[in-house]
Amino acid sequence: MKLTLRVWRQRNASEQGRFETYEATDVSPDMSFLEMLDVLNRDLVERSEEPVAFDHDCREGICGTCSLVINGVAHGPRKATTTCQLHMRSFKDGDTVTIEPFRATGFPAVRDLVVDRSAFDRILQSGGFISVNTGGAPDANALPIGKAEADTAFDAAACIGCGACVAACPNAAAMLFVSAKIAHLSHLPQGAVEHEQRVVRMVHAMDGEGFGTCRNYYECEAVCPKEIPVSFIADMNRGYLKAALTAASD
Amino acid sequence: MNLDAKIPSGPIADKWDNHRFDMKLVNPANKRKFKVLMVGSGLAGGSAASTLAELGYDVECFCFQDSPRRAHSIAAQGGINAAKNYQNDGDSVHRLFYDTVKGGDFRSREANVYRLAQVSANIIDQCVAQGVPFAREYGGQLANRSFGGAQVSRTFYARGQTGQQLLLGCYAGLNRQIAAGKVRMHPRTELLDIVIVDGTARGIVTRDLVTGKIQSWAGDTVVLATGGYSTVFYLSTNAMGCNVTATWRAHKRGAGFANPCFTQIHPTCIPVSGDHQSKLTLMSESLRNDGRVWVPKRADDDRQPGEIPDAERDYYLERKYPSFGNLAPRDIASRSAKEVCDEGRGVGPGKRGVYLDFRDSVERVGKQGVSERYGNLFDMYERITDENPYERPMRIYPAPHYTMGGLWVDYNLMSNVPGLHVIGEANFSDHGANRLGASALMQGLADGYFVLPYTIGHYFATYSPDKQPITTDHPEFKRAEAEVNARIERLLNVQGSKTVDSFHKRLGRIMWEGCGMGRNAQGLTAALEQIPALREEFWSGVRIPGSGSEFNIELEKAGRVADFLEFGELMCRDALARDESCGGHFREEHQTADGEAVRNDEEYCHASVWEHKGDDQEPVMHREALDFENVALATRSYK
Repeated sequence: MKLTLRVWRQRNASEQGRFETYEATDVSPDMSFLEMLDVLNRDLVERSEEPVAFDHDCREGICGTCSLVINGVAHGPRKATTTCQLHMRSFKDGDTVTIEPFRATGFPAVRDLVVDRSAFDRILQSGGFISVNTGGAPDANALPIGKAEADTAFDAAACIGCGACVAACPNAAAMLFVSAKIAHLSHLPQGAVEHEQRVVRMVHAMDGEGFGTCRNYYECEAVCPKEIPVSFIADMNRGYLKAALTAASD
Repeated sequence: MNLDAKIPSGPIADKWDNHRFDMKLVNPANKRKFKVLMVGSGLAGGSAASTLAELGYDVECFCFQDSPRRAHSIAAQGGINAAKNYQNDGDSVHRLFYDTVKGGDFRSREANVYRLAQVSANIIDQCVAQGVPFAREYGGQLANRSFGGAQVSRTFYARGQTGQQLLLGCYAGLNRQIAAGKVRMHPRTELLDIVIVDGTARGIVTRDLVTGKIQSWAGDTVVLATGGYSTVFYLSTNAMGCNVTATWRAHKRGAGFANPCFTQIHPTCIPVSGDHQSKLTLMSESLRNDGRVWVPKRADDDRQPGEIPDAERDYYLERKYPSFGNLAPRDIASRSAKEVCDEGRGVGPGKRGVYLDFRDSVERVGKQGVSERYGNLFDMYERITDENPYERPMRIYPAPHYTMGGLWVDYNLMSNVPGLHVIGEANFSDHGANRLGASALMQGLADGYFVLPYTIGHYFATYSPDKQPITTDHPEFKRAEAEVNARIERLLNVQGSKTVDSFHKRLGRIMWEGCGMGRNAQGLTAALEQIPALREEFWSGVRIPGSGSEFNIELEKAGRVADFLEFGELMCRDALARDESCGGHFREEHQTADGEAVRNDEEYCHASVWEHKGDDQEPVMHREALDFENVALATRSYK
């Protein structure tokens, strides 16, 4: 296959970015999208040009490092699939493919397609944990947890923190991410203890990082590679309202 | 080289308890005076960093990823072992210990393995308290499954993403300490050297991967939790960023490298599809609980799998190992796959593949039942291969996955360099020549939560590094920084014509051919000639665009590949020196008539520990003799 690639190039956060056009020849349908970019980079380096920087690591859809908005869609056209697991058989010979970074105020540019997603870490530092030290935990089976509740917690915990929800949202809201983290812990008895404090702190941290507010577009759910449902956002909003009204938090 | 393992005396079951009492303590008020430089933030580094901070130590934590949550521990799929005996099926600390020593083909250190089995149960308790959503039964109790090399169900799991859930738990604990100001986290920061002052590890030199800034950090101990080196093969199941740089630089500063040739080739990975391939994807070993491995009985059988009747299929693991069957340990399952493919009975494009067939499971428990257990793995397989594994057997082939070798450590997890601790996959101690499934997560968390937090205090109380305060103005830091800068300059100045990846791929092919699943003296000798030649070509032919003072992806990779080009040689040298077959190290000269590994306990019942003597000198091998007092040395059999 032959493809025309329109790729966002930006040297660093302070310089203006622009699209560059490249021709990708010899694209095999069995290549992953990132392997196609590897080949582009090989060609660029061999021509003494600078390669396109993009984030990636595990290349098996679990570390959440890879990103990219492909033809306007975060993680590209295939449902429930990270960019690293997207294969070129999803494209046709002769296609033009536009490749951009995850754009949001909360994700400052680093270089080319790489952005800084450390805002997610800071939101979690504000309360995304159970306050328990190492040692002295009771026997794991001393606290039975019903399968349905455990499964719901797991569905939320499946979030890989990639940030596609933010990139897809017209308001650059991070509410799918934040609500999934809150739901994971609040659906477990050991995490429910600190729920009210947690939800207030994390919502405030999220707002402080410059992410927008949910207006029910549901674009986040549509692109989420782990299919996290938007119902968690409603849970979070209820939890926040209740916590704020009862002033149980700091 | 001092290789005193400092194994406590007394019966094996009492060693750790006695040692915990014998070790010196640091007064709680004094703990904040000790600074720990933690390199790596996966399961081992993350758990150690948070636990040490909870105890009151001052921790600086570094990772090359953009967040600690992305460390490669996250990719572990299948599970984590623990001797809980919740299933009442005869498990015990001693059985987990026994299985691990036997699984490692008698090349691990008994005392370390016993301690690992002892603390395994605490890990599960700790993780549940943190909110790790392990799989549960309808009654609310934790579920278990079985894994290769064991006949009990002791593996705890979270669907096919146990590593991600454990790492998120560990990362949550780390976040809590970061918020409390007790851990300062430095993401996108890579270690480039270790600084030794008066014989003890006192600091590191790092590069900020975004700005390119080179910086020194002084502390009272350095802990390496930097994972394994499977990417020396280029194609492996490891993440693209995994590397040997931290442990290799430490080795060049005096730390012994133990058993570098002990690598694990995982039997169930998706086969290679073409030259463009950048990594291989693991399909969890748990699939072997329900999938049956087979190839056609006849060579070059080109029929579709569904058209081949049972009588013409060879379920070779079930045939060769009737008692363990498809759950034979990884080294044995991998070698058997290579064997049948070498006979021309492989399947799929290139004929380097075997079937992992779920037909019988779908008949037994239905598609829904299979999907509940392995749904996400089946989806992943379908995304990559465009084949539906509910209808057509998966094609799998072995791929480099884990490295049992690593920096030598004593019972306290300290290398031969005082003050340099090494935990998790980066050290060598617990898995011998082959690691059993679901034991890597167990070891990482055991080291980080329950071993290092005790032994590090003993180091501080014994060596009192706080009595010799050191800053980064010390000449040793200046020297190390200058060397790091010079090396970066040298890489950038080569200005050749070939990409870093092209050298990495060529090294990978040399390693896979010469030092992969089957090794022999001739192949290893050839590799030992090819690697230095390739290294020379790299240093005169690599092209790295851009500068050192910016985000430079090629420069990052070049530094790592340059280290692999040195390390690969040591691996082959170690494989050549170990003239026996054991676990994942299969020397073709040493096998039984039916292709089983033949150990030589008379001559090789030791850990081989290599000492760096300088870039132009041959390294020197030292031995730590391994004593088996509790598990009798025996030929490993899974028949």
